[in-house]
Amino acid sequence: MEIYDLTAHELADLLRRGEMTSAEVTGAIFKRIHDVDPDVQAYVTLTEDQAYETARKVDGERGQGRSLPYLAGVPAGLKDVLCTRGIRTTCSSRMLEHFIPPYNATVVSKLAAAGAVFTGKLNMDEFAMGSSTENSAFFPTRNPWDLGCVPGGSSGGPAAAVAAGEAPYALGTDTGGSIRQPASLCGIVGLKPTYGLVSRYGLVAFASSLDQVGPMTKDVRDCALVLNLIAGHDPLDSTSAPIPVPDYTSFLTGEINGLRIGIPREFFGDGLDAGVSEVVKASLDKLAELGAIIEECSFPHAEYALPCYYLIAPAEASSNLARYDGVHYGYRATPDDGGEYDLMDMYLNTRSQGFGPEVKRRIMLGTYVLSSGYYDAYYLKALKLRTLIRDDFSRLFDQFDIIVSPTSPTPPFRLGERSNDPLSMYLSDVYTIPVNLAGIPAISVPCGFTGGLPVGLQLMGPVFSEGTLLRIAYAFEQNTPHHRARPSLEGSGSAAPGTRRVPSSTSGLTPGLKECGVHERGGGGGAVRQEGGCVHE
Amino acid sequence: MKLSIREVEHVALLARLALSEEEKERFRAQLSSILDYADRINQLDTTAVEPTYHVLPLQNVSRPDQRGTTLTQEEVLQNAPDRDGSYFKVPRIL
Repeated sequence: MEIYDLTAHELADLLRRGEMTSAEVTGAIFKRIHDVDPDVQAYVTLTEDQAYETARKVDGERGQGRSLPYLAGVPAGLKDVLCTRGIRTTCSSRMLEHFIPPYNATVVSKLAAAGAVFTGKLNMDEFAMGSSTENSAFFPTRNPWDLGCVPGGSSGGPAAAVAAGEAPYALGTDTGGSIRQPASLCGIVGLKPTYGLVSRYGLVAFASSLDQVGPMTKDVRDCALVLNLIAGHDPLDSTSAPIPVPDYTSFLTGEINGLRIGIPREFFGDGLDAGVSEVVKASLDKLAELGAIIEECSFPHAEYALPCYYLIAPAEASSNLARYDGVHYGYRATPDDGGEYDLMDMYLNTRSQGFGPEVKRRIMLGTYVLSSGYYDAYYLKALKLRTLIRDDFSRLFDQFDIIVSPTSPTPPFRLGERSNDPLSMYLSDVYTIPVNLAGIPAISVPCGFTGGLPVGLQLMGPVFSEGTLLRIAYAFEQNTPHHRARPSLEGSGSAAPGTRRVPSSTSGLTPGLKECGVHERGGGGGAVRQEGGCVHE
Repeated sequence: MKLSIREVEHVALLARLALSEEEKERFRAQLSSILDYADRINQLDTTAVEPTYHVLPLQNVSRPDQRGTTLTQEEVLQNAPDRDGSYFKVPRIL
């Protein structure tokens, strides 16, 4: 088994036992990055020198017998939407292609204080707008399970990097599903915390009432560990919640007997891929087997969540992106002939050249719905709908501990398949979006494969119920093999779809790697077999 | 819900975006179709519903007016596309 296949907690244990140094672990991760990133293209900027410097520093402190935070010395990646002092932060946009922040995001400072070794900045849809990472102004990232497929978005870079072993864990961000959907498409764990649990200071803003930073990890324990590091009130973020934060690992009991789970029928209707549905239903059976009480329920305003989001988020974005005007930082357009623009022409050209088409589309949509004459019919109406959606969840949470759905209605789609039809791309987020509108937390956990491609299960809970979500996610994970699956990615330049299985020190699976052959996509899913053999049916 | 080209031009100007003729038509079609889809929210009667402006019940979050750490002037200016000493340089307005 390779170092790059290990989870963050397994690496932390290795480091604490003195079996490896952080410099060696960092070396193994960068070797993996150099081997496979030419194919996966998860990274926009690598910070190799700084990573080794931090690793050596942590090794030195450990050598002196200092007591260090648990994840100290473990490498981590950062979505390129988080400000890193002195390190280029682009939001995968030409507008910020050369922007070097003079400060760190709070979540970055927190990870740094915990001894994290940053590997670099990860690719995304431009300004976090997208569901496939194809809107990156630089290049698309590819799904490590099938390089012809998208990794999802907008945190496609972080998801692909974690899945491919190019980072033991990463921080992503989620405004309408941008952590959970790529986590689902890349077969990893992704959590969007309750709005306000994690500071947004230093997170380049897309939609201020929806954005949240969250962990993207190989397993649920890692997710809890990373959440411990980033959660908590921040005086620099006036929207951060002034509440105490528990130790999220204390919820990893493996026990879910008697917990009540609601399954909204509207999330299992039209538009849901048959293969995904089958895998998710098998997962629900597993949860019932583990003692959860599962019942169908209704989410009456489900069909209004997507239109509601696509009015509110672009409206907020049009306001947040007004700052990109070529004045204080970022791209500034100059005429080809060496002359000078006046101010208006400078604004018009800077923004037209600096922003990609999806960003422009959303800015215009947002400007329109906020403009005089349309504000009441669109934006205000959407805010009222938002209340109805929050109320739907509140009512359900009177009856149930959590609500469950598929994370994504389809398996990973092929690059280019949806990039010409914005509305069909927006539909990728149909199950994830209601969560951001209500401000509640949700987690996506790997729950199987269909046609060789990952499927994610989404668990949603009331505000500040991350403990319950982690508890149920952990119990499910520990009783299924999916968190041990890894893509067959050799860095040869053409990864055939396929899966490897890595042994777990605790699960009792027979160790050994099994290479799967090429599998056809599409068609039915099926339960994943336990060990040996191939993970597909 | 069909947007006219003039409406697209008006919105683009408000947003300080310059569009080619081809872009204007493409955005006109795409925005029309998105707004058509979004129009379904008008099927619902929301007269008795309060809007949600914030999902957290926080109000008037403030701190004492005391100086803390700040960026230096040099840090603030370091990404300036054009500068003159401690000034950001911008094109003429008129």
